[in-house]
Amino acid sequence: MAKEEAALHRLDGALAWEGFKELLPISLFVIVFGAAFGLAATQAGLNEASIIAMSALVFAGASQFAALELWGPQVPFFTLMATVFAINARHLLMGATLYPWLSHHSPAKRYGVMFVASDANWAMAMQAFGRGRPGLGLVLGGGIALWSFWVLGTWLGLHFGNAVQDPASLGLDMVMGCFLLAMVVGGEKNLRMLLIWTMAAGASLLAWRYLPENSHVVVGALAGGLAGLAWGRRSHEH
Amino acid sequence: MSIETGGMSALAVILAMAVVTLATRWGGVFVMSFVPIGYRVKQFIHAMSGSVLVALLAPLAVSGDHGARLALLTTAAIMLVVKKPLPAIAGGILAAALFRQL
Repeated sequence: MAKEEAALHRLDGALAWEGFKELLPISLFVIVFGAAFGLAATQAGLNEASIIAMSALVFAGASQFAALELWGPQVPFFTLMATVFAINARHLLMGATLYPWLSHHSPAKRYGVMFVASDANWAMAMQAFGRGRPGLGLVLGGGIALWSFWVLGTWLGLHFGNAVQDPASLGLDMVMGCFLLAMVVGGEKNLRMLLIWTMAAGASLLAWRYLPENSHVVVGALAGGLAGLAWGRRSHEH
Repeated sequence: MSIETGGMSALAVILAMAVVTLATRWGGVFVMSFVPIGYRVKQFIHAMSGSVLVALLAPLAVSGDHGARLALLTTAAIMLVVKKPLPAIAGGILAAALFRQL
């Protein structure tokens, strides 16, 4: 058992390539989001170099769309930074959840992998770990796939954006939501997890309604984590 | 404080956004390197990892239109029966698309 667990943190070129291929189907949809972003960014008045630079360097869709809302001839700098931080604060939790496996690697590798950590590849990796399969290749290879197609999609949006003016009518706005839900449902299911998820959902909805904007993910996730501590598994693992 | 977005300063704002985002990607790993990973910490992390997704999805399900809710419901149902993500996601998208054409 100990030997099996020790192997889960493995990361090499072959695993990264597998991760790349496994995230390819969802990456194709990411092109559409990227294109929608490219189009919206042109409409918000950003020039081509800035738009490509934002997708390539920030690589976090929700916060990039939020930035467009604040964009104009002048940008409220600190409001923008606070918004970006709040929306992307879930990465802090993702890094923390990956740490038990990342800790086996050198700092350069650890932080290198985290360059491309985002919702989809992280969720796939956590599911892989849950099933006793190595997951860091999914984070790295999958992240490279997502990043490439996000930047490519952004570029396409700049030039052919009008083709995807209304992705919602095709249901394409639901791709990420459905993907993440499939990861949740495909994971461990029992009464304890159901209780944890209920806590997370309840706390998230309360925060969404009553706390400052964009705080709900972090609040809900921490509430779920605390619920997991309060109702621990006592039977095995010792 | 407002910043003009003409010329190079747009790029400077984008660089600042990138730095803030990178700090969130690295921050969790950095902090955890000072935390001894015991049984309780593992338990917290394990419970938190699914909760991130649930917390992300809950307002989406509540604030979205019926098409969005139908999409999530379809995905969950197919995932429970078939246990394969791709058909589940495709089913969800299709459900939203069909509903919104009505």
